[in-house]
Amino acid sequence: MSKLRELSSDYYWLLAVTAVFAVVSLFLDQFQISLAILILFWALLGAAWNILGGYAGQFSFGHAAYYGIGAYTSVVLLINFEVSPWVGMAAGAALAGLFALLIGYLSFRYGLKGAYFALATFAFAEMLRLIASELELINTSVGIHVPLIGGDSWLRLQFEDTPSNFFFAILILFVVVMLVSIWVARHKVGYYFQAIREDEDAAAALGVDPLGYKLAAIVISGALTALGGSFFVQHFGYVNPELVFGVAISIEILLRPIVGGIGTIWGPLIGAIVLTPLAEFTRDFVRNPPPFLEIIEGRAGVDVMIFGVILIAIIIFMPDGIVGAAVRLRERFLS
Amino acid sequence: MAVILQSRRRKIIFAAGAVLLLAILLGLNADQASEWFEQNDPVLRQALVTGILIGGVFALVAMGLTLIFGVLDIINFAHGALMTVGMYITFVLFDNYGIDPYISILITVPALFLIGVVVQRVIIRPASNAPPHNLLLLTLGLALLLQNAMLVIFSGTPRSIRLDYGRGETPIGPFIIDFPLHLFGTTITLNKLIAFIMAMVLAAGLYILLQKTDLGKAIRASAQDKEGAALVGVDIQRIGLITFGIGVACVGAAASLVLPFFFVDPVAGNTFNITAFVIVVLGGLGSIPGALLGAFIVGITQEMGVVFMPSSTKLLGVFIVFILVLLFRPQGLMGKKE
Repeated sequence: MSKLRELSSDYYWLLAVTAVFAVVSLFLDQFQISLAILILFWALLGAAWNILGGYAGQFSFGHAAYYGIGAYTSVVLLINFEVSPWVGMAAGAALAGLFALLIGYLSFRYGLKGAYFALATFAFAEMLRLIASELELINTSVGIHVPLIGGDSWLRLQFEDTPSNFFFAILILFVVVMLVSIWVARHKVGYYFQAIREDEDAAAALGVDPLGYKLAAIVISGALTALGGSFFVQHFGYVNPELVFGVAISIEILLRPIVGGIGTIWGPLIGAIVLTPLAEFTRDFVRNPPPFLEIIEGRAGVDVMIFGVILIAIIIFMPDGIVGAAVRLRERFLS
Repeated sequence: MAVILQSRRRKIIFAAGAVLLLAILLGLNADQASEWFEQNDPVLRQALVTGILIGGVFALVAMGLTLIFGVLDIINFAHGALMTVGMYITFVLFDNYGIDPYISILITVPALFLIGVVVQRVIIRPASNAPPHNLLLLTLGLALLLQNAMLVIFSGTPRSIRLDYGRGETPIGPFIIDFPLHLFGTTITLNKLIAFIMAMVLAAGLYILLQKTDLGKAIRASAQDKEGAALVGVDIQRIGLITFGIGVACVGAAASLVLPFFFVDPVAGNTFNITAFVIVVLGGLGSIPGALLGAFIVGITQEMGVVFMPSSTKLLGVFIVFILVLLFRPQGLMGKKE
């Protein structure tokens, strides 16, 4: 019963988090704003992944597929038909949802699970990357630049003069994804997802249709991931197949929810709040190291090395994520 | 049972339909098809031979991967990064001390075995009770760490080595053979031939080790049933350690073998990692003979794929085969059904 009460408060928590982010953003400088944008961006992607990877327990290792479809759909529509990125985003989400349905149907129909499902999703994403690198329609591996109109436009999702508007754009998208995510988690759909994750045969015996609900999870997760892809193109101003379909993106997407707490509502955000600045700080640390470590100054790779070590340490010492570790700490404290 | 039969029958019908469709397509364009095959005959032959030769090296990498999965249930994402380490060791030994890459196998194999043992002890074992995705992320973190350590040490410049033999007349034992070898209208370089032969010898050695020795029996026992193996007195912690070491030693050998006709940069091993995934799933996760079979299929597919789809990268054909296998036979060609 206490769990139910906790869950119902999540909407208030979301309101509070949004308000804090919005208010705090007013006092941040340029660098801090761009960091805040990255945090929300990765939290959004992590939350989207978490619906499939966390709640439904299907470990996707190829979310770059949906991310890339979102990115390319909106930018192609923008360039060829002058379609607003907001509409393009919706179209990208629809297309990514369809592709997720295809991948999901093919994989789940034949009972792919665990490592096999992870490798299959990885292969699908890599195939899209290879195909995109050859496709004339999207300018092959050369990539596409978003045409600049100069100045700010909410319709075109371009803010040359006041880049901080991107912050509010990603905040809106983040809230949308979190609303879906909370709805899934506290609605009976979410309980069915978790039942399937814990024991598929038992769930099926109780009348839950595993194929149907797993498909629902992958479609929702894929469509929401595409939103992040569309946002990335507008914010970065350029896209190529390696950037959006590469393995690196699939890894980055699942890193934060796992470090934060897989299958929890706030895990992805917490993971993003911890890991995103960490990557920035290690980069900064290498740029301006303390006197006794001058040898590493400006060496490419040292920052990612440090990040890798910290990542390994977090996974070894907090196997169920930051949220899991916090829950355990509280239990120990209370008892 | 009926359901299984039904689904199998559906698969057979589906596969037969696909073959029929292909035959009709070819039949409709019989003239053009035969003309195309005639034109591309030398290219196809070359692709077949190159595919088999490179498949031998893939087999070595994939056997290491599948062994680690079989015993420790880990998909080792650092496999490629560890291979890059082996390639840099080979490069440094050649560049600084003039040690022939085929001799440096004697150094890379034990070195990578040790690295594997340390990695297993320090990183993998502390997390051995964690959920599987954590292990996957750990190996990913290790790959990041290794790749960037090599970037720091060797910079991103691709490096290669050039052997001063293998072109022109080369004495091999009592014979003098002119390299590159021309056989059945194909060209075979000495480097690739040596790589293939040595990879096959090492693979056979590994197979014998697993089948005939006590250590091999203990490894196979822990792959089949950990608790059962522990009950009959197998020290499964120690076996885990040794298995990871052997798996990583395999890529050490592969690294030395490919360097004479490849190059090394901090991410050079990644393509081998991806290819090895495909091979291992193709053959059946955990199956050593499956890895061998899968390696040849993938080697030939990637070389042939370029002939049929000239503009695409080598991997596209491989991924298509991969996805077909995952969908129609997810347990792999030689894997056991769950």
